[in-house]
Amino acid sequence: MENNKIRVALAGNPNVGKTTLFNAITGSRQHVGNWPGVTVEKKSGTRIYKDYEIEVIDLPGTYSLTAYSMDEIVARDFIIEERPDIVVQIVDASNLERNLYLTTQLMELEAEMVIALNMCDLALERGDKLYLDKMEEILAAPVVRTVASKNIGIDELLDKVIEEKNNEQYHGHEIGYGDEIEDKILEIEKVLNEDGGLAGKYPIRWMSIRLLEGDVNVMRKVAKSQVSEAINDLLDSIDQEEYEAEIADKRYVTINAIFPQLCTRSDVKLSRSDMIDRVLTNKYLGIPIFLALMWGAFELTFAFATPFMDMIEIGFTWLATSVAASIEPVWLASLIGDGIIGGVGAVLIFVPNIFILFFLLSLLEGSGYLARAAFIMDRLMYKIGMHGKSFIPMLMGFGCNVPAVMATRSIEDDRDRLITILVVPFISCGARLPIYILFAGTFFGRQAGTIVFLLYILGIAVAIASAKLLRSTLIRGKPAPFIMEMPPYRVPVLKTSLIHMWDNGAMYIKKAGTIILLGVIVIWLLASFPWGVEYGSEESYVGIIGHSFEPLMKHLGFDWKITVSLIFGFVAKEIVVASMGVLYGVGDNQEALAQSLLADPSITALSSLSLMVFSLLYMPCVATLGVIRKETLSWKWTIFALSYGITVAWIIAFVVYQGGSLLGY
Amino acid sequence: MLKELTQMFDITLDTLKPGDMARITKVRVRGPARRKLLDMGMVAGSEVELIRKAPLGDPIEFRVKGYNLSIRKNEARQIFVHLVE
Repeated sequence: MENNKIRVALAGNPNVGKTTLFNAITGSRQHVGNWPGVTVEKKSGTRIYKDYEIEVIDLPGTYSLTAYSMDEIVARDFIIEERPDIVVQIVDASNLERNLYLTTQLMELEAEMVIALNMCDLALERGDKLYLDKMEEILAAPVVRTVASKNIGIDELLDKVIEEKNNEQYHGHEIGYGDEIEDKILEIEKVLNEDGGLAGKYPIRWMSIRLLEGDVNVMRKVAKSQVSEAINDLLDSIDQEEYEAEIADKRYVTINAIFPQLCTRSDVKLSRSDMIDRVLTNKYLGIPIFLALMWGAFELTFAFATPFMDMIEIGFTWLATSVAASIEPVWLASLIGDGIIGGVGAVLIFVPNIFILFFLLSLLEGSGYLARAAFIMDRLMYKIGMHGKSFIPMLMGFGCNVPAVMATRSIEDDRDRLITILVVPFISCGARLPIYILFAGTFFGRQAGTIVFLLYILGIAVAIASAKLLRSTLIRGKPAPFIMEMPPYRVPVLKTSLIHMWDNGAMYIKKAGTIILLGVIVIWLLASFPWGVEYGSEESYVGIIGHSFEPLMKHLGFDWKITVSLIFGFVAKEIVVASMGVLYGVGDNQEALAQSLLADPSITALSSLSLMVFSLLYMPCVATLGVIRKETLSWKWTIFALSYGITVAWIIAFVVYQGGSLLGY
Repeated sequence: MLKELTQMFDITLDTLKPGDMARITKVRVRGPARRKLLDMGMVAGSEVELIRKAPLGDPIEFRVKGYNLSIRKNEARQIFVHLVE
């Protein structure tokens, strides 16, 4: 039955338990994707309840709907363009004042509203009193108490949603902005009403208010109308900045006026959160505790994942060899074994890291500590042209760039996020270490440790320099302002974290997986053709490419063998070592490989240093590129990441090799 | 005497000390940060209390409208306040 479908949008501030409520309503019947054309995550799900099919769309968490960020634009456009049947606003009962600011805006959008007063338990525990009847009367919307983390009030909420949907008449209240502004609103409304197209589509009062506030997005909607000139004339006569402040002010004045009627707040001087913060963001203890927590998160993500990764690797190697052994002809066996199974393995190998990291990030976010982490690190990060929130993704980069790039999703500002994504690949991940161990160990003896340490520092330095360079060229401007709520500390909801972990793992496989698989197969093709050559040999396309790049690479001290290994390293950087073993005919015997390298006159200590520098910087591996494409939604930036890396690597390795040669090494 | 004097003149938000209460008189911040600050309740007339500074001295955490908000000194410097008791 068509009319038994209800479309519900969930709106609300961040940190009010919106995701938890969404999970409580939809259970596992949910779908995660992106809003069209933007990198903002879109979650939707359905719930069958009392003969109704309720589709729930989780809007991005926002404090306002004034088009400050992409999140706000997405949320707002959904409400005004798609016109969901009901908008449920989740309101944090222990923080009514600021939450009601969004309510006032939803009222102006003339949305059919139901209010879920969440975390009532915390507010009541604190001694607050909430007057629900008064709230329903003043806000002209049903109000339901919920405690999403304990599944309390969910059915009542759905009942109200159905009731409200079947309730034909719309009733809403509006905020008065004072005579001067109201006059202006009326004037603009009159002009807008002349355009039937606009008047029929959007709430006119809302539109007028937004125009007074100088909303660029709404201006764009009006620009196509025949009344745009008249509107521009009207707006030219006012000081929009003044109006913007005045309007925000009036909203809060209204909230102040109604607030005492809705609840009485107990006067707790020092909350539990404040006490925790006295320790966790303490001037002296804050940083050591932060570093200890980060170290723990890092260890858990990468050390705890290692056995799972080993299992995946062993499993896939076994599968590849046994499949290869049982298939004829040889080329098909190699395609399925080395190409496809190897490729799937290359995709899945990162899943343990991604699962654990996103689980931990969700715990940190749910507990409220993630905001403190940004608070503690912002000063340092701002100095290098980045945002406090960039720190955790960069740190995770030392383990593996793939989850690190995905972790940038917590950075709201698109440009801050893009810069972080582009510089993360210079952070030396764990897969690069085997290369350093082989070459530094072979050629630098007792200095090996120092060399490896310097390589890590070089990676950080190049990341910082690149961030600065991007800030002054392609992605101009300062980091986004740091205006962040420090939410109260709470016990994270396990189910929310588990779903978050699962969603991100699944998204990675779906979105990045295909690109990674494709990359691996391309390398397989290059190594196996022309027809009949030995896999990865001098006569294969890889070998030919290695040779043809020799004129360019010899300035770095590399012969064709090294170049070929580096091409294989695109699949995963640790493969550089394995493919050198193959090219020197020693397999995976590290000791024999070290001996052959020492015996090879074309590799010196200097060229091995240049090689390590090049391996550190040269390009994100195919998996990292896959997630860069997934997170930026742009091939342009993905290709930029690839070519920028190669260029930087070539230049720095050139300086190292040629400089070293000049100095007589 | 000094206290009376400072109460007469507007000072900027970044000069408060932990525990100081003040009332916002003017938000001079420009650009997108302005919008966000207004939305977060940093409007003229709001009472704010400085809670703490980050371990490295910046950003600064305030209590406003019943919740905690942190902003950089850069923005705080452009918000004018009146000390209150």
